[in-house]
Amino acid sequence: MSENIITYPLIVHLFFSIVLMFFWNKVKVQKIVTIIGNFVALGVAIAVFIFTWQYGTHVVNAGNWEAPYGIVFVGDMLSATLILLTAIAGLSVSIFSTVSIINARLRFGFFSVYHFLLLGLNGAFLTGDMFNLYVWFEIIIISSFVLISIGGEKNQLEGAVKYFTLNFFGSLIFLTGLGVIYGLTGTLNMADIAVKIQHVNNQVIVDVCAVLFLTAFAIKSAVFPLNFWLPASYHTPPSAVSAIFAGLLTKVGVYALIRMMTLIFPQDPFLMNLLLVLAVLTIISGSFGAIIQNNIRKVFSFLIICHIGFMIGGLGVFNVMALTGVIFYLIHDIIVKTNLFLIGGVIYRLKATTNMKMIGGLYKSYPKLSLLIIVVLFSLVGVPPLSGFWPKISLFLSSYNTGNYWFLGALILGSFITLVVIAKIWSEAFWKNQPELKVNKRFIFFDKLYPIQKWQFVTPIVLLAIFSLYIGFGAQHIQALSERIAEDLYNSQNYIDAVLKP
Amino acid sequence: MEILLAIMTGVLYAAGTYMILRRSIVKLIIGIILFGNGVNLLIFLLGRITKGNPPIIAPELKHFADIYADPIPQALILTSIVISFGLQAFAIILVKRAYKVLKTDDLDMLNTLDEDS
Repeated sequence: MSENIITYPLIVHLFFSIVLMFFWNKVKVQKIVTIIGNFVALGVAIAVFIFTWQYGTHVVNAGNWEAPYGIVFVGDMLSATLILLTAIAGLSVSIFSTVSIINARLRFGFFSVYHFLLLGLNGAFLTGDMFNLYVWFEIIIISSFVLISIGGEKNQLEGAVKYFTLNFFGSLIFLTGLGVIYGLTGTLNMADIAVKIQHVNNQVIVDVCAVLFLTAFAIKSAVFPLNFWLPASYHTPPSAVSAIFAGLLTKVGVYALIRMMTLIFPQDPFLMNLLLVLAVLTIISGSFGAIIQNNIRKVFSFLIICHIGFMIGGLGVFNVMALTGVIFYLIHDIIVKTNLFLIGGVIYRLKATTNMKMIGGLYKSYPKLSLLIIVVLFSLVGVPPLSGFWPKISLFLSSYNTGNYWFLGALILGSFITLVVIAKIWSEAFWKNQPELKVNKRFIFFDKLYPIQKWQFVTPIVLLAIFSLYIGFGAQHIQALSERIAEDLYNSQNYIDAVLKP
Repeated sequence: MEILLAIMTGVLYAAGTYMILRRSIVKLIIGIILFGNGVNLLIFLLGRITKGNPPIIAPELKHFADIYADPIPQALILTSIVISFGLQAFAIILVKRAYKVLKTDDLDMLNTLDEDS
């Protein structure tokens, strides 16, 4: 197999999004094509993962231009893992969206744009060029704008305006940083920047540039002072859309931060301290925000922010053990957060609302479904031996060993409050008796669906829950993978050598 | 020339930020457009402004003989202009639609989502 295999995930999604445009009004065909497309993408992603696992980091030069001059695609272990996770989450959400989103919305090219979103995500994970990363970010946000505003309900448009403004503004800040870094180093290849930025005389400007990038990626990934757009917009679109946003869009920001911090500005004490402070504040603001909310989907939105803090803080500690924790947490978080919003969608379908005060008795009426949901919720909290527990060991130990007690405290607080919030959801929505429900006669409840539709609702959740269980019970595999990625990230010379071929 | 461009960039950034902070959605869009133009000028400026020839190597030579202008910033700006053009077009439609549905163009009125629902 040739090295070009790492570009196949991009080609698959591009191909299927174009094919889907030919079936503009035929929603039924679109549903089948998109599921086939996501299965193909999953197969390709597994192939890419195995290839990378066996042969290590490999590089594709676009148009065969040598490394610092042309655009490069770099498939290292981190990229391959994230592509695999994208494919798993993408497949689950596509199955879920075939039944949870009404046809009137699907008719406006929903699935085509959905494949474009996945294309952008895969591209952002693969590229080794700063400006190309910006372009992939734009593809992601353009697709996400369409997905968030498709349907045009009052709430959605209100959320979309906020989401649009902040994300577009973040891109412009990113572009500013790009301009500055091009002026400093005269190159856009990430590996080349990493080499040349050490020889820049004026290190203060390098820090300014780092802060510009940090701001841009912090807006994307909802880090503390820039996170208020997230809970204001993520609960407005249909659940399938917010699931893919929650699982992958914020994580692209985290991925970009990881790349930037490990490759371009490694071991910068100013940035590390800044990240730690931001992480503590992010955890606090996210967790306390989650406690006071009553809308389940809003609670989940705030929990996203809280757990972004875990990863940012691990990045701020910056040693191999902390990076292992960050990568493990990233893997766990993508799967669980996607699943949480799918669960939010199922609860909405069951009760026609996601307000905790107005629902109850889920455990009594749907015991099997509730058991499935509790597995996911416990994975999120990190009850051993489920998936959220293992990365926290690395994060705890590394922050304790390096004496970052504030971050350690915030980690414990964040985990504890997550537990409290989950307990609150469980006792309100599952154990409490059902209060009087205002029934809208036109609403199609879960019980009225055909069996096949019910399975379309539940299968993606089962799929993701099984994967969560595997992360929990097969933790040694994921730990080995995370350690390998962390070693690669920490010794960034390998990445630079692979790209520049000295 | 550099000084003039630097001042222009600063003015565009400042004006853009000011407009983004206004309460009207239309002014928000204008602010984003101004900010985007500021960014483009910044890239142009930081790519060094050189008076020289276009970066084309004559067929009989192997490398550049003269001072030449760096083509990359121009390519970057072109890309970013195209992208921001698309985004601005989307933004204008979004704002128009939001104004029709929400019946307000005051950003402070867009707070129904923060209330408990």
